[in-house]
Amino acid sequence: MEKVLLKNIENPNSADIGEYMKAGGYRSLPKAIGMVPKDVIEEVKKAGLRGRGGAGFPVAMKWTFASADPKFPKYLLCNADEGEPGTFKDRPILEKNPHLLIEGMAISGFALSAEYGYIYLRGEYPAAKHILEKAIKQAYEKGFLGDNIAGKGVKFHLAVHQGAGAYICGEETALIESLEGDKGQPRIKPPFPVNVGVFARPTVVNNVETLSNLPYLIEVGGEAYAKIGSPECPGPKIYCVSGHVERPGVYELPMGTNLKDIIYTHCGGIKGGRKLKAVIPGGISTPVLPPDKIDCLMDFVNMPKHGSMLGSGAVIVMDDTVCLVKVCYRALKFFEHESCGKCTPCREGTGWLRKILGRIENGEGMEGDVDLLLSISGNVLGKTFCPLGDGAASVVQNFIKHFRPEFEEHIRNKTCKVSG
Amino acid sequence: MFSENAKKELEEIRLKYPNARAALLPALYVAQREFGWLSPDAYETVSDLLGVPKAIARGVGTFYAMYKHKPAGRNMVQLCTNVSCMILGAERLVDFLKGKYGLEPGGTTQDGRFSLVIMECIGACGTAPAMLVNDDFYEDLTEKRIEEILERYK
Repeated sequence: MEKVLLKNIENPNSADIGEYMKAGGYRSLPKAIGMVPKDVIEEVKKAGLRGRGGAGFPVAMKWTFASADPKFPKYLLCNADEGEPGTFKDRPILEKNPHLLIEGMAISGFALSAEYGYIYLRGEYPAAKHILEKAIKQAYEKGFLGDNIAGKGVKFHLAVHQGAGAYICGEETALIESLEGDKGQPRIKPPFPVNVGVFARPTVVNNVETLSNLPYLIEVGGEAYAKIGSPECPGPKIYCVSGHVERPGVYELPMGTNLKDIIYTHCGGIKGGRKLKAVIPGGISTPVLPPDKIDCLMDFVNMPKHGSMLGSGAVIVMDDTVCLVKVCYRALKFFEHESCGKCTPCREGTGWLRKILGRIENGEGMEGDVDLLLSISGNVLGKTFCPLGDGAASVVQNFIKHFRPEFEEHIRNKTCKVSG
Repeated sequence: MFSENAKKELEEIRLKYPNARAALLPALYVAQREFGWLSPDAYETVSDLLGVPKAIARGVGTFYAMYKHKPAGRNMVQLCTNVSCMILGAERLVDFLKGKYGLEPGGTTQDGRFSLVIMECIGACGTAPAMLVNDDFYEDLTEKRIEEILERYK
């Protein structure tokens, strides 16, 4: 497949506007501005583009809601708070292909009649901040941002807003709170951001990878775009693979590539020819899969049929040297640390789960602890403001579902055989 | 008090937003750079310049992991130990920093050269284990590589 999102990134100057334009960049923006906004949205609808942040929500639907709201100004926010452990797919776009994102945002801004945009960038990406700010400055100078884009009187202003180390700000309403200068605590919905978002105005929040699809989508048109990858949720997808594979890294492949092929063909199989033990397919919050369940198409529609989710497309591969109780414990330590504290089931539940997993891993587990973990998880799942609590609960449930004997062995033998 | 440059920077930041409150997070970054950490004086300055109540500024600032609330060393070693880094040996690196430099998570070396912060995924999972030293990424770490890298930070 021709590279769309990671196009030209081997070029050491790929972040420069001149190089981007030489490779065909900033041709889709004038094309989009030559259309009427609702026709741009129609192309996105035909393309079947779904949000790449994890939820897979149809982009055109979100845009239609925000467009229909009569309040102005409208805002377009780019979620660049890539924090889901295992995920590093947006970083190459931000650092190496910033103009692709900026062009995508200018096109989206035009489609939505949004005149202001912010890139909410995680604090842990300091290099990306400088690169984006330089790229934005270049785009203003060339007239691709500002009050008179492409000489057509179209207005779109863009700025970077740096986060400060809070996973929860990847949740769109927490992101909005944080941009407004508050703690990143999710809002209850409705009202949805498309009607009452940042500064109480209609707001669209889209992921970096999602917005970066726009220049190509407009270039080839929705119908041609829809021919790439899975028919139900087409397009190119960046899979990022970490852990025990021969060639970890980012792979841009058609949406719906088989997970087994990603691991064994693209990444060269398990490191050192060792035995595969488990795969987390879409970032730490997505349900873990045992080796006999990885023959599945990695997209938003097919992964749920196999008991997991596409999430951010962050594949974490673990060989037989890994203790899964320890991984589960580390995951819950993360969720406890990142819980915003707003709602009780998540704030308390993540801590309880972490404590119990910690004692099992340390050889101090008690009989009944596995059922206790399941009981607590059941009281968190579906009872929280936002998906952080669900993620934490479902991690515990799925590790136990597929690897219960390993947990019970820890409790029975009062030790961890794998990590000693 | 902010330096004249910092005041100017804050004025420019303020223009990016429709109200002063939204400039709070970037203002706290400026304050952290100016004061070295978010001391009571730093909060007071930000609060006065933006017209945001002190209690609000402090409440917001303490929510986020990357704002420092005690004086830190000259160089921030930010080591990831989340799952992708953990399964490739990040914990050994934590032990190494403890043994070699007396550097504990959340602590600072006696000479004030390094502070260590344990990070929750820094987006370098494909080249794990990884860390940031100040603003620079370092990947594919081993004990030997960490030692070589830290030599460059005085």
